Amino acid sequence: MQGLLRYFRRNLSLVVGSAMLLFLLAFIVIGHFIVDVEDARALSVRPLQPPSWRYPFGTDRQGRDLLAVMVAGTPLTLQIGFIAGILGVGIGTVLAFVAAYYRGWADTIIRGIADIGLTVPGLLVLIIIAVGIPGGLSVNQMALVVASLAWLNPTRTIRAQVLSLRERGYVEIARMSGMSGPAIIVLELMPNLLPYLAATLVNAVSGAILASIGLEVLGLGPIDAPTLGMTLYWVNFNAAMINGWWWWWLAPTTIIVLVFLGLFFVTVGLDEYANPRLRRSA
Amino acid sequence: MNAILKVEGLKVEFDHPLGAVKAVDDVSFALQPGERLGLAGESGSGKSTMALSLLRMIKPPGRITAGRVSLDGTELSALDHEAMRHLRLAGIAMVPQGSMNSLNPVIRIKAQFADAFRDHGLKLSSAELDARVAELLRTVGLRPHVADLYPHELSGGMKQRACIAIAICLRPKVIIADEPTSALDVVVQRQVMETLARVQRDLGCAIILVGHDMGLMAQFVDRLGVMYAGRLVELAPIAEIITRPRHPYTQALISSLPSLEKRGAMQGIPGLAPLLRDLPPGCAFHPRCPRAEARCTTEKPAVREVAPNQQAACHFA
Amino acid sequence: MHLIDILRRCGVFVLIVWLAASLNFFLPKLSGQDPVRTKLLQQAQLGGYVQQGIDEMVKVYETRFGLDRPLWQQYLSYLGDVVRGDFNFSIANYPRTVWDMIAESIPWTVGLLGMTTLLSFVIGTILGALLAWPRAPRWMAWLMPPLWALHAIPFFLLGLILMYLLAFQVQWLPIFGGYSMGAVPSLSVAFVLDIIRHATLPALSIILVAVGGWALSMRGMMVTTMGEDYVVFAEGKGLRSLTIFSRYCLRNAILPQITALALALGQILSGAVLVEVIFGYPGIGTLLYQAIRENDHFLIQGIVFTVIVSLGLATLLLDLVYPLLDPRISYRRT
Repeated sequence: MQGLLRYFRRNLSLVVGSAMLLFLLAFIVIGHFIVDVEDARALSVRPLQPPSWRYPFGTDRQGRDLLAVMVAGTPLTLQIGFIAGILGVGIGTVLAFVAAYYRGWADTIIRGIADIGLTVPGLLVLIIIAVGIPGGLSVNQMALVVASLAWLNPTRTIRAQVLSLRERGYVEIARMSGMSGPAIIVLELMPNLLPYLAATLVNAVSGAILASIGLEVLGLGPIDAPTLGMTLYWVNFNAAMINGWWWWWLAPTTIIVLVFLGLFFVTVGLDEYANPRLRRSA
Repeated sequence: MNAILKVEGLKVEFDHPLGAVKAVDDVSFALQPGERLGLAGESGSGKSTMALSLLRMIKPPGRITAGRVSLDGTELSALDHEAMRHLRLAGIAMVPQGSMNSLNPVIRIKAQFADAFRDHGLKLSSAELDARVAELLRTVGLRPHVADLYPHELSGGMKQRACIAIAICLRPKVIIADEPTSALDVVVQRQVMETLARVQRDLGCAIILVGHDMGLMAQFVDRLGVMYAGRLVELAPIAEIITRPRHPYTQALISSLPSLEKRGAMQGIPGLAPLLRDLPPGCAFHPRCPRAEARCTTEKPAVREVAPNQQAACHFA
Repeated sequence: MHLIDILRRCGVFVLIVWLAASLNFFLPKLSGQDPVRTKLLQQAQLGGYVQQGIDEMVKVYETRFGLDRPLWQQYLSYLGDVVRGDFNFSIANYPRTVWDMIAESIPWTVGLLGMTTLLSFVIGTILGALLAWPRAPRWMAWLMPPLWALHAIPFFLLGLILMYLLAFQVQWLPIFGGYSMGAVPSLSVAFVLDIIRHATLPALSIILVAVGGWALSMRGMMVTTMGEDYVVFAEGKGLRSLTIFSRYCLRNAILPQITALALALGQILSGAVLVEVIFGYPGIGTLLYQAIRENDHFLIQGIVFTVIVSLGLATLLLDLVYPLLDPRISYRRT
């Protein structure tokens, strides 16, 4: 326990990042108790009220309580990010292990697809997919659309990591002692990869949230869901900036910045944990 | 005769969360002009750190914590950064390990000479540079056109000769060669060592050869120092060491060699080399030593003269 | 570089173009319906003065991509269009062709993104190199946390914040558009200055975010390079710190940065779609936003295709130029 504390003192990024995410979590949980999330629907409250005691974050033009929107929408955005991120890293891990452990043609194909896929601008492909789906997307569909590209990067980075682990002595020893391929992967490689996988996951979640917000701001999101990106879409749609309705964009912007900073610092912290060499050279 | 390089009580420590690690612990020796000194030891014995510390090239978290190194009467620790820089190559030159990519991959060989000349204040015209480089390359047995090639266009042996040519380009007084032939195959190894021996003879400089190949040492050096756990545990003329090693560790080294042809890496010494971070008390070698007694587990043996020109750090030597 | 290499690189380029075209063709069909037809028919029902043209388009579309024709025939005639560079008319702005509209937007985006990409590359790379260099001034270490933090924020969000601070609150800079309303586009100094003033905010929000990324990757590469044997030997050669820094560390560490720069330049057209949207900047991103809002499938497809081709082109150029920077590459057959 004390060792953990001492470690945290050295790994400030991890602490700062986790603190930001915990703060958001607390905001969501407490928010659900003090605000009626039904007010996140249009026409619930008086429109365009600046922040007041009654509506601490103000209200928007369609008559939503922005505090309720944030309390209801932040988890939705995180949900998209986590579903897409977990799917992406899950698929990526499996493909990466297959490619890096067995090499040969499987590796050639997987690496080829990942490399070509990564050169294509993801947002555009997502736009084409989203535009092609008639009737708009639901939150979960949104997550799936984003996940369709979210596995590319994890596949490539995890593959490289497995390849380097594979060359180390203990894998050789395990192989010589007659362990089967899958057993080596689960028993020898996995434990060494876990911190790295965690960092990759957080990174993927962050990327998925960014992609989903991008699609939403362009108007391709779940049109009646109060996600953070959709709120920004309405901000832009109603030219809230020029009209001086500052509170409308202030709340979602602040929360999105917190989400990205939190995830980023956690990634940095996990990287440091997975690869202490980075720290020493800093 | 006055020593060209004198090392007294040199200590190098590496900071570590669990306490400082002594990589070089109280090493002293003197190098005579034109002498070939070998430094042998297992990996982790501190011999490479020792080589770098003579050039004051230890990087944090490592640092030189004590001791004096003087080259031809000049105390190195008194030099400022700029003077020390000039002394590298011009005074003490290093020949890097053979297994390493020690040449900048993106500039031509000639440019790597030119950098050295320029930064040591030599203003050469393009023709002078060409002539100097061609001459240096010829000295190490390379053809002049090599100057216009990139490192990846050379074989391992050629690269190592090029490094030797760079090392001697300012006629240093001392050359430090840290495993110059590691990772080269035996034939090339021999050629590189012959080249090194020839240029050393021609320049009349002294050389410190760091390595773990006792056979190579036996053929090349005049005197051999044996390092164990950061300490110089024995230092004697090579013939003495081969025939009458005094320290039990040296004895183990010698007897582990294939008897007929004295070549090959060290092997077959019982026990593992100790971790510098976690040295046993007393004599660091006692857990592996066949002659160890109670005294060895508590009392660190001092280096002492055990015979004329022969010193060792063992209670029983 | 060998001729075969060049040919193979060109082959990869053709492959990317083909993939992009196929993506464009098949993805909208995945849903089982043809959203293009749906939109076309909707537009035809709206009527208006361009009615005849739209009807014409529907007719042409039906004969070429009608449900009665097998998929492979539709696919082939689509590929034929792509080869001829024919992206059809815009559905929502009928008499105008997709290519016209794209061509009009490209200079704006290339200007803004080209400038910001190069600027952030240069600033970020220099910063990153210095951050890794032990002899750099101490205060530089303090730059790291803000750079990191800015890097973690999406372009367009920073854009929103800057817009509020610099355009809305203090009104130093225009809030919207590529040039002032009523300004006559010309090559006069006044108009150029007007363009620059309008581009400053979007540019700033891109640069502030992107610099951190370049700095981080450069620093990482520098740290790796500084541990290389040739840097140790360079120090052993008694070279000046500056020589070691520039010719041994930087020169090697910058190679992957240049690869990344080429890829970033390839992403120029799509790099800051959202920034353009937020600032109403008349580039490709805003065009795409309008196309999405109007469900203008031909325009969307045209833009996506153009972006992917420009990306492939950048990669191709990089492959052809890279051997000049790294002597090892022409020998290393990948």
